[in-house]
Amino acid sequence: MFGKLSWHDIPFDQPIPLAAGAFVVFTILGVLIWVWAKGYIPYLWREWITSVDHKRIGIMYCVLALVMLLRGFIDALMMRSQQALAFHSPGYLPPEHYDQIFSAHGTIMIFFVAMTFVIGLMNFVLPLQLGVRDVAFPTLNSVGFWLTAVGALLVNLSLVVGEFARTTWLPYPPLSELTYSPGVGVDYYLWAIEISGIGTLMTGINLVTTILKMRAPGMSYMRMPIFCWTALASNLLIVAAFPILTATLAMLLLDRYLGFHFFTDVAGGNAMMFVNLIWAWGHPEVYILILPAFGVFSEVVATFSGKPLFGYRSMVTATMAICILSFTVWLHHFFTMGAGADVNSVFGIASMLIAVPTGVKVYNWLFTMYGGRIRLSSPMLWAMGFMVTFVIGGMTGVLLAVPPADFVLHNSLFLVAHFHNVIIGGVIFGAFAGYTFWFPKAFGFTLNERLGKAAFWCWFVGFYVAFVPLYVVGLEGMTRRMQHYDRPEWYPWLLVAMAGALIILCGIALQIAQLTISIRSRQQRRDPTGDPWDGRSLEWATPSPPPAFNFAVLPNVTHEEPYWSLKQQAREQMRLVTPEPHYESIEMPRNSPVGFVTAFFAFVTGFSLIWHIWWLVVLGLACAYVTFVVFAWRDVAEFEIPAEEVARIDRANREARAEYLRELAP
Amino acid sequence: MSSLRSMCALVVPLTLEGCRTAVLSPAGPIGASERTILLDALAIMLAIVVPTILATLAFAWWYRDSNTHARRLPSFAYSGRIELIVWSIPALVVFFLGGIAWIGSHLLDPARPISSGAKPLEIQVVSLDWKWLFIYPEQGVASINHLVAPAGVPLHFSITSASVFNVFFVPRLGSEIYSMYGMRTQLNLQADRPGIYPGLSADFSGDGFSDMAFDLKAVTAEEFSAWATAAAASGPVLDETGYRNLLKQSQNVAPYTYRSIQPRLFDAILMQRLPPGEGPEPTTSPEK
Amino acid sequence: MSTEVLRAPPDSYLGGHHTAGGHGAPVTGHGAGGPAPKRIVVGYGFWIFLLSDVIMFSAFFAAYSVLFKNTAGGPAAEQLFDLHNTAAETACLLASTFTCALASLAVGERSQRWTQLALLATGLLGLAFITLEVREFVSLIDRGAGPSRSAFLSSFFTLVGCHGVHVTAGLLWLGTMMAQFYAKGFRQDIRHRFLCFSLFWHALDIIWVGIFSLVYLVGTLPRELLP
Repeated sequence: MFGKLSWHDIPFDQPIPLAAGAFVVFTILGVLIWVWAKGYIPYLWREWITSVDHKRIGIMYCVLALVMLLRGFIDALMMRSQQALAFHSPGYLPPEHYDQIFSAHGTIMIFFVAMTFVIGLMNFVLPLQLGVRDVAFPTLNSVGFWLTAVGALLVNLSLVVGEFARTTWLPYPPLSELTYSPGVGVDYYLWAIEISGIGTLMTGINLVTTILKMRAPGMSYMRMPIFCWTALASNLLIVAAFPILTATLAMLLLDRYLGFHFFTDVAGGNAMMFVNLIWAWGHPEVYILILPAFGVFSEVVATFSGKPLFGYRSMVTATMAICILSFTVWLHHFFTMGAGADVNSVFGIASMLIAVPTGVKVYNWLFTMYGGRIRLSSPMLWAMGFMVTFVIGGMTGVLLAVPPADFVLHNSLFLVAHFHNVIIGGVIFGAFAGYTFWFPKAFGFTLNERLGKAAFWCWFVGFYVAFVPLYVVGLEGMTRRMQHYDRPEWYPWLLVAMAGALIILCGIALQIAQLTISIRSRQQRRDPTGDPWDGRSLEWATPSPPPAFNFAVLPNVTHEEPYWSLKQQAREQMRLVTPEPHYESIEMPRNSPVGFVTAFFAFVTGFSLIWHIWWLVVLGLACAYVTFVVFAWRDVAEFEIPAEEVARIDRANREARAEYLRELAP
Repeated sequence: MSSLRSMCALVVPLTLEGCRTAVLSPAGPIGASERTILLDALAIMLAIVVPTILATLAFAWWYRDSNTHARRLPSFAYSGRIELIVWSIPALVVFFLGGIAWIGSHLLDPARPISSGAKPLEIQVVSLDWKWLFIYPEQGVASINHLVAPAGVPLHFSITSASVFNVFFVPRLGSEIYSMYGMRTQLNLQADRPGIYPGLSADFSGDGFSDMAFDLKAVTAEEFSAWATAAAASGPVLDETGYRNLLKQSQNVAPYTYRSIQPRLFDAILMQRLPPGEGPEPTTSPEK
Repeated sequence: MSTEVLRAPPDSYLGGHHTAGGHGAPVTGHGAGGPAPKRIVVGYGFWIFLLSDVIMFSAFFAAYSVLFKNTAGGPAAEQLFDLHNTAAETACLLASTFTCALASLAVGERSQRWTQLALLATGLLGLAFITLEVREFVSLIDRGAGPSRSAFLSSFFTLVGCHGVHVTAGLLWLGTMMAQFYAKGFRQDIRHRFLCFSLFWHALDIIWVGIFSLVYLVGTLPRELLP
């Protein structure tokens, strides 16, 4: 009846996972009960869960990423504390737990924090920057988000029911084959990533179509803000790379479920093919993450330097060069598999080539600052922290791209330090810069600057204290994923790294405090102008938070920085330069529960596949199909916002801006 | 003492010499060349990375909002000359590093024999769950989790796995390389001086991974022959039955030697005439 | 494409949104005219989906070519494939592409009867294809050449089976489309969906051409001609 599932799969006898699981379950239950008791459920259902508004979906992505960041960070603290304790000692986490923790840490941080965060930012920002009212496929967007959430839910469910993978964040066979990993952990991983990967692919298709086909009149490619370009590159990579991931994991699933022999030790399987295929996805994935972060920094550096971005065309070229080159370097993840000198050096040089466009970007940011009027607000601080940190991470990355150097550094903690250097220093700093930068746009009030700056400094210092020691122990020959060790020269460094993790913890605590305090004092922090940073692109032309339709009339773009040029004219003439437009009613897509319902059945299907509950698999798939048919059957897909309502909202926005101009007047 | 050494290690990236971190204090020609390449590449990059970081900080400071002396150029957004420079600096660096990578990859290809007057010693390495098997075909002996080798003599390793991936790595000697079932990788290393060089697995291979450590003990040629003779005199025999016992998962196995080995055992493992590792026993599986 | 934008049909409002009137600016280059009409957006998005699907297939093709010789002592391609069966499958699928194109014409003519007939023919041909494929699979498994026999057979069953799953999903979709045309008529959004369906069906045909040539034809080449 319930496949492999039984009461034994809940770890009643193991205190740590049980406590962690209970904590998660009670937190979720507590939140649900609170929401229910407060009577928020209808509101949440109407305004968020069934929403197809790209802004709401973008915000939900970011919330999911922040919650998952907490989960992934707890894993990180457990790993650091285990290694700080495990000198000549088994520590407090036995291998079967420790191995799950580092596997979950990597999986969660890449798929459900970094990916989710950048997709959230792109979702929120792109239509606003492009000057349109929504993404190309709003309902598909909702489906994509909820499938991502299902993936995250499955990974976290494995805490309580069964176990998670003990095979690292990329489950290399043969270790991940049924012979060596008979438990459900790998299946949790595989189904969670397959389901969320489909969601990501949907988002990729959606956003590529949005950027290429949905732009305000006059918004030619060379007038798009650079964030749109980097998002385009990133989503093209999603479209081109995620199907490879889907196929590769499907092969591993077939091996595990139906006795196929793609990667097994026996019957002609080829485990190295998995390594090749997974990195053919995995390396572009790195750029899927970092390119949108580059876009955020470009916006932030230009805005807070009060200058247009230096070398816009160079930036576009560099972005697209990275997009293409990223598919030609996957082998550098396994120089030490004996490929031979010619192959190794070709892939080594190709990897270094990516440093050229990346270096160009750094210099262009530098020259954007040159001659600017720099305001060191917290988004700019994150950008500065990024520029300093990222060049170091890039440098160690190029070092690892030199095959003979990689021969002694591969899989060491040097490598771990390198990719945290670029992922924390690049993607996470970028996500936080974007979060602080666009938060006032999303909610209409600014975040507390003092706490934001304090959080930045904790993250910045904590990062160095946590990861410079890992560079050093890597040079001392320490490999990653060790549950215990007996080498005295590693021990002090791992204690320092633990301290660094605690400093980052302070940073996270400060960020939570920043959010809470800012929400509590939101009335004083209101930003009536919709343009708190003196922004340059179109999102700042909308009120904060923007109305459902974003723009009362689609803007007519005539310059590279359309909002900035309008604003400059308005400042010079001390009046709004655009006359009040003729308002018309606007049709917007109706909300739809199809995303949530499909995801619910995807969850049922995924869970029952993991536990071999076949009848439920069939039921889940059938219900998902029925959901689609019901959705396809509906007759009214849109609702109308009357012209008076549009006029009311837009006039208020114009009035706020006129007020701002009056304040500027002497 | 250890913390003193560690303190010293912190300075290494800055002074580029003189400390005893494993990778930066090699005990053999391969490791020494790799250290040279590592440091050369680092130096080339630091030459532009350090100025870039300094320029970032300097620009942020000088052009701060409150500085009344700074000259503002609010519309400075393009300069062909600067564009040329910013594309050519990284390109030049990559040009240099690419040369290093090309030459280094060929000279230090793990399969390339070390040029030496001495005849290389052949050692066959099999990674098992979770221990290392070292076979000395010429001496007819084998050992578990303990590698004895003559110093000053090139060592030629043929490496395969009995189950999952592992990586054979002795940090102070240089290059690491994967061990994979049904595949043979090769590695050429040499220890210049007698000593004990810790080795480990550098690729996660399951619950017993952390204990896949071994010592490479480099000794004089005479000591090595004495060791081989002594090993051939005692200990169990490694035949097919013995090997099948090794396939069972075990952790933290104390080193021991086999006095003789079944001929061509390594080839039988490599050609998959012997079965792969068994994986966890059903009783220890988390399924209960 | 920009001319498309300018003469956007009256029923395809720009992505469901009104544009602002009065953008008299000259149309220069891509995107100059504002968001593309819904029909273009839908078709474009679906094209991108198809590209990603082709990439997924290419991963399976790659796996097949890597594992082609890994028969593990089991049967090899030339002992297994029956080109007569493959020819029949190919004929069914190509004919169904033709009937699908007829259905597109019928939709253009707004003819309910011809649309339903052409779609029914498409569905029956697709069903015949699936039946032939399942028969082939069953016979292979009966001969001890199932997917667990060797890595080669694993990759064969996965590649061809993945295409079969696509065709099956296509049939389900086709049935739904027929019901929708019947119940709702030739409404704009349903015609958009049909546009996507026909793109999907033709793409499956193209992938089948790849499978047919690279798997069946190459697989039955004499050994000495193989690389």
